[in-house]
Amino acid sequence: MVDVDLSLVNWSRAQFALTAMYHWIFVPLTLGLSFLCAMFESIYVRTGDEKWKAITRFWMTLFGINFAIGVATGIILEFQFGTNWSNYSWMVGDIFGAPLAIEGIFAFFLEATFFAVMFFGWNRVSKGFHLFSTWMVAVGSNLSALWILVANAWMQNPVGMAFNPETARFEMENFWAVLFSPVAMSKFTHTTSSGFLLGSLFVVTVSCWYLLKGRHVEMAKKSIVVASVFGLLASAYVGFTGDEAAFEVAQKQPMKLAAFEGLYKGEQGAGLVAAGIINGAKKPGDSQGPFLFEVKVPGLLSLLANRAPGSFVPGIDDLVYGNSEQKVMGVAAKMKLGQLAVADLAAFKQARQEKNDGAASEALARFSANKEFLGYGYLDTPEEAVPPVSTAFYSFHIMVILGSLFPVIFLALLFFTLKGKISETRWLLPLGLLSFFLGLVAQQMGWVVAEVGRQPWAIQGLMPVKMATTNLAVGHVQATFFMFLGLFTLLLIAEIKIMLKQISIGPEGL
Amino acid sequence: MIANLDYGTLQQLWWILCSVVGSLFLFLTFVQGGNTLLWQVAKNDVESALVMNSLGRKWEMTFTTLVLFGGALFAAFPKFYATSFGGAYWVWMLILFTFIIQAVSYEYRKKPDNFLGAKVYEFFLLINGTVGVLLIGAAVGTFFTGSNFTLNVYNQVSWTHPMRGLEAAFSLFNLSLGLFLVFNARVLGAMYLLNNINFSAMDSFKARLRKAVWVNFLCALPFLLYVLASLLLMQGFGVDEAGVVSMVANKYLLNLLAMPLVLGLLLVGLVLVILAVLATAFKGSDKGIWLAGLGTVLVGLAVFFTAGFNNTPFYPSKVDLQSSLTIYNASSSPYTLMAMTYVALGIPFVLAYVAYVWRQMDSQKLAAHEVMDHEAY
Repeated sequence: MVDVDLSLVNWSRAQFALTAMYHWIFVPLTLGLSFLCAMFESIYVRTGDEKWKAITRFWMTLFGINFAIGVATGIILEFQFGTNWSNYSWMVGDIFGAPLAIEGIFAFFLEATFFAVMFFGWNRVSKGFHLFSTWMVAVGSNLSALWILVANAWMQNPVGMAFNPETARFEMENFWAVLFSPVAMSKFTHTTSSGFLLGSLFVVTVSCWYLLKGRHVEMAKKSIVVASVFGLLASAYVGFTGDEAAFEVAQKQPMKLAAFEGLYKGEQGAGLVAAGIINGAKKPGDSQGPFLFEVKVPGLLSLLANRAPGSFVPGIDDLVYGNSEQKVMGVAAKMKLGQLAVADLAAFKQARQEKNDGAASEALARFSANKEFLGYGYLDTPEEAVPPVSTAFYSFHIMVILGSLFPVIFLALLFFTLKGKISETRWLLPLGLLSFFLGLVAQQMGWVVAEVGRQPWAIQGLMPVKMATTNLAVGHVQATFFMFLGLFTLLLIAEIKIMLKQISIGPEGL
Repeated sequence: MIANLDYGTLQQLWWILCSVVGSLFLFLTFVQGGNTLLWQVAKNDVESALVMNSLGRKWEMTFTTLVLFGGALFAAFPKFYATSFGGAYWVWMLILFTFIIQAVSYEYRKKPDNFLGAKVYEFFLLINGTVGVLLIGAAVGTFFTGSNFTLNVYNQVSWTHPMRGLEAAFSLFNLSLGLFLVFNARVLGAMYLLNNINFSAMDSFKARLRKAVWVNFLCALPFLLYVLASLLLMQGFGVDEAGVVSMVANKYLLNLLAMPLVLGLLLVGLVLVILAVLATAFKGSDKGIWLAGLGTVLVGLAVFFTAGFNNTPFYPSKVDLQSSLTIYNASSSPYTLMAMTYVALGIPFVLAYVAYVWRQMDSQKLAAHEVMDHEAY
């Protein structure tokens, strides 16, 4: 019914995923390391100990190398909404553009202005103003995360807006509802705290390398103490906000929850799959089991999803085909109403063009009755509403398992460092060395589950991704995809080499 | 007070705000222009380091202003954002590429084991300051020469030229505007360096910068004159009260005559730039950047106002006049514009702390001993 070039959609998806995943290698490290630099410098200003200044400047150098490539990979994300998702941009620019503009005004300028002081102001401004500037860079980085995550959360849970049939677009009605939606808040807190965690893991990894090599031992120990305390606090908060985020997903995006739990048949008192191997042949509606192997904790999914142990959690089959007993409306039924909405919107636009007010008014009334199902009218089959289950399942579980490991690492490092035995605890240091890379994997998995899990929707329930793309020949997107792949890979190699060299050089004066 | 503003006023206000951001960006391209001067004005490592470090402490301001320009257009004029960025795909993509490679170049250029070598990062900066600025000029030029797009009933864009926006760079007017901006950025860059660097025992370096101001101004002049003459003589795009777009003889000249304030901005801006150039090149002034910067901002405002006000579609379509975008048919809803106007009340605060920090950092001129350690760019 809708003429969409799926290869264009998929290449546009691939390009966005590529640029977002590259960007997200660097951003969480910026979020966390900026605060750690501010903490190290605070200790220096408080104690006046030059060793802490050397420690601060060392981590700041590494922060700067990472920050530059984070900025470089970030600019394309904002403009890509226009270049590759222009239909989306027009449809939701009213709502989605505002947070991006606010991000520019209040967050990016804060970062950009104080970044120069942080790096080049040591001898140009007072000690106190320099410390203030370092904190401002940290605050600015995290503020920028707030606005982009508000925008992303709105796509997952569109609130504070109404569809205007005259312009055929979504328009904002309540700014505060967009900003303070529970999905936005849980996404912001979960994402930034995971950045704090990753920043701490980075400091731990580099410090463990020094300890294994027997170099810069004092700096490494001091850094581990600060990073482990910060990392432990961040880990606890990541867990708490992760629970909140999952609860919001269960309430607002039940299909995503069902996908990342591999739950096909809804259950009362549903169990949580702690680990498992997905049955790749399983399709919605068939009788095969979803797992080849699974370890399940009885009743826990219902508790986490609904805060009620015996409650019903809908599965993929319930959501696709409906479950009248549990009052779950299926995608198939929504598609019928959505198709009516699409047709009535077209009739309304046609009547408007013909200046036939009577026909327009009737079409509008019909459209209004079904407008909440508009997005479903563009789906071709009910099964199209199911995201890739195995990708969502594995990414979610890898993220959670790794997330559970990090506080243990921080606790062990802190314990042995405070006991003065960290250099001799040879079994722990390789684990610490590995921890940053595990953190990066967890970060990437988090975004994979968030974004793959909400497919096929650009805006949950209202606009499928395939309706959001720019009308482009696919060759253009393929060309820019490979240009980005090549350029970002080149820059990543440069970043890694520079970073390793700086780590190998180590801090000055220690 | 803001709550009482009518829709038309909000739309005009946001065109003014976007114009201010766009014009400030044109001023801040002194970073791009300065980078392209590196080979001509810096004759040894110390001079190169001074150029790189002076500009490298400001590059983020330019970058951030560009990002804000995009964000403000997205929020206030989403139909333009969708139509131009989605339609003129390649011109925007290439501009973005030049800014991506710029962003890492300062930080990575002098770092040991930087994989590509310092010359490559310097070349990246050259590309950003030439190709990037030229294409931005070409894109702005289409505000007057029009673009090749149509919009359907749902306002979805179809681009009718196979070069997807790059064709803009092959129009003499757009190309001239782009080249003018490239040379103007070089003039501004040289002036900024003169203002920002401590030239103790480096008289020849300083003299080369003064010469660069004059030479690049002379290079910019023919392109500026061609753009101005064309602008005054060309047929432009007009929109009548019923919203019908048509071609109007001498439209932009008529706009300037109908809006004397805009004409004043243009003339005062041009005079300020010329005065700054003369004072810098021949009178030994080091403060020309502020006069020329203000002049550039005023000229930028005049350009954006001429394109968008007085019943003029600011993003006209050559192939389907009725698809052309005006500030009235391309804007966000009244609610969004009003909410964003409340947000904009914070802009003076942002400008104030930017100015304060700028002053704190630049109150002492950048000296050679500051740029030769391993942490410098």
